[in-house]
Amino acid sequence: MIEFKLPSLGADMDDGTLLEWKVGVGDTVTKGQVIAVVDTAKAAVDVECWTPGTVHELVAEVGQKMPVGTVMAILSESGEKVGACGTAAVSPAAPTARRMISPAARKHAEKRGIDLDAVVGSGPNGAVTLDDVENAAAQPAPVTAPKPAATPDKSAEMRKAIAAAMARSKREIPHYYVAEEISLAKALAWLQAENLRRPMAERLLPAAVLLKAVAVALAHYPELNGFFRDGSFAPAAKINLGVAISLRQGGLIAPALLDAGARNVTQIMQGLMDLVKRTRAGSLKSSEMSEATITVTNLGDQGSQLVFGVIYPPQVALVGFGRVAERPWGDAEGGLKALPVVTATLAADHRVSDGHRGALFLRELAELLQHPEELEGLEK
Amino acid sequence: MTRKLSYREAMREAMHEALTNDSRVFLMGEDVGRYGGTYAFSKGFLEEFGPERIRDTPLSELGFVGAGIGASLGGLRPIVEVMTVNFSLLALDQIVNSAALLRHMSGGQFSVPLVIRMCTGAGRQLAAQHSHSLEGWYAHIPGIKVLAPATIEDARGMLAPALADPDPVVIFEHCGLFNTEGELPDKWDVDISSAKVRREGKHVAFVTYGGSLPKALAAAETLAADGIEAEVLDLRVLRPLDTVAIAAAVAKCHRVVVVDENWKSGGLAAEVVARIMEHAFYELDAPVARVCAEEVPIPYAKHMEDAALPQPEKIVAAVKEMLG
Repeated sequence: MIEFKLPSLGADMDDGTLLEWKVGVGDTVTKGQVIAVVDTAKAAVDVECWTPGTVHELVAEVGQKMPVGTVMAILSESGEKVGACGTAAVSPAAPTARRMISPAARKHAEKRGIDLDAVVGSGPNGAVTLDDVENAAAQPAPVTAPKPAATPDKSAEMRKAIAAAMARSKREIPHYYVAEEISLAKALAWLQAENLRRPMAERLLPAAVLLKAVAVALAHYPELNGFFRDGSFAPAAKINLGVAISLRQGGLIAPALLDAGARNVTQIMQGLMDLVKRTRAGSLKSSEMSEATITVTNLGDQGSQLVFGVIYPPQVALVGFGRVAERPWGDAEGGLKALPVVTATLAADHRVSDGHRGALFLRELAELLQHPEELEGLEK
Repeated sequence: MTRKLSYREAMREAMHEALTNDSRVFLMGEDVGRYGGTYAFSKGFLEEFGPERIRDTPLSELGFVGAGIGASLGGLRPIVEVMTVNFSLLALDQIVNSAALLRHMSGGQFSVPLVIRMCTGAGRQLAAQHSHSLEGWYAHIPGIKVLAPATIEDARGMLAPALADPDPVVIFEHCGLFNTEGELPDKWDVDISSAKVRREGKHVAFVTYGGSLPKALAAAETLAADGIEAEVLDLRVLRPLDTVAIAAAVAKCHRVVVVDENWKSGGLAAEVVARIMEHAFYELDAPVARVCAEEVPIPYAKHMEDAALPQPEKIVAAVKEMLG
């Protein structure tokens, strides 16, 4: 028997609410198959199964809010005979520990923005009644910050999640910062030529080239790509670029462009477009939420000249790109030209790497961007 | 102005008025003539209106209810009295297969403007064959209206609109109500389509009708002493049910006890609860409770009969349990 537990879909996730089961009891599941949809503070996420097996029991109920690590389902391994070990002469379903909350109380609590978890039930068998909600609403603000009386606000939830992750980052991670100005004259010229011969739908954005260059450079700097957990650093086998995507309603999510190292520029562009679309539609997969090994923030046309980012724990580095702008640029012959330039920055965890290595990484990134045609061909 | 009247007198006045005002109206049933009615509802009618319009019938519910259907098809406005709902089962075929269906089966060509009155309910030690409450069965049938007058006003006022209705109307008179007295206003506004709030409250709503109404009101009085204000909704019309009024009572009080003398299984209270689920689920603050008859044939012995029926104490107990 395998216990399938609610995975952490990011450092800022403490709990999740089950929205939907995608499988039923008796279904055979494969590794990577989406088996449930879970609402986190940030988005509704497709949760993937990490092991093959057969669904033996769905423990979590739709609508249930549970902490990370809660057993959601019991899977039997392939070939395992349910009941053979004696435990499983299928016992009658254990009574669920669902709290009794009257429909009227639930509706009223939602309207008033009352957290039912904090309401003590006074009805028969401890059921939460309308009066209990009324009394809770009449209470002065509890010790924790009171919620606004309006309906629970998704963007406020997200702000809380971001606050928790960023506070943890600045509390725990000794950041160092390095910056490098990089001429994009060649990269953009290559992009322009490349786009001329591509159909509209397949054209590339500068971001795809930048991401590809980051992935290639990272291959030589494993100390920037991985997780710092429980006092030690573990480099990641793959390069999963967390791409910071701002949401129209405010807030941001940094889902992972999985295995970016193995993709060429065209594939990165496709992956990026897909990711942006699904992030804004709220249909990310759990692996995309939890498996980014480094984050890249790209301010784009509307951004400022440079950005020093806050690392998203347990990652150990964040690469930032400012706005691409025409700037004076001295060439090897002593001449001065106006060229498109971007300032690349690195915020990295000093527990894992040092500024010197960080600077070398940015230098390599700059060099790679001077040979864009090779980037497209480079697999790793 | 009001005047004091018994349920029996109110019903007698209503029939007297109908017989006086409309020559198409006649009364037919067992012992309605020479004996003056099993419950003395038609005392003196035979002498006043004559044997053509006050007709004693043989002990054959199937026959005389069928004759009533025929008379109504022929243009008359019969009032057919069946002694108790238990005996009406002999006439079920006429009521369910003929009276309720003829408009439908004739494509709207025939109306059956028939009124059938019958006694229902227990509480007078008449034993199982005279004490059951089967009005819920009739409320199951499309094509008829089912009324349950529980107040003096309704006893006096429901017959006229029932006779004016183009379709069959079955009126259930609870035997425990006949001697109750109440004030009847000079003018009344009685319909045969809506439920009525008989007592305003806010903590719990009793949905009830007929013989259970006085019990629900008594329970509400007891609860008021404890500061619990019970609303009492008198259904009055069992078919079609006034779903809007039921949902409104739920929305106001959020707790409901359905009180009736049917058995719970497949009974009218079950239908009321189902409608609450369909229309007012999110207003509920507690599971709906039912206080109904025990699932036994109604006993003859007084103490056992009392124990088998809804009583104010049982209603109060249900409320206390609900409030925790």
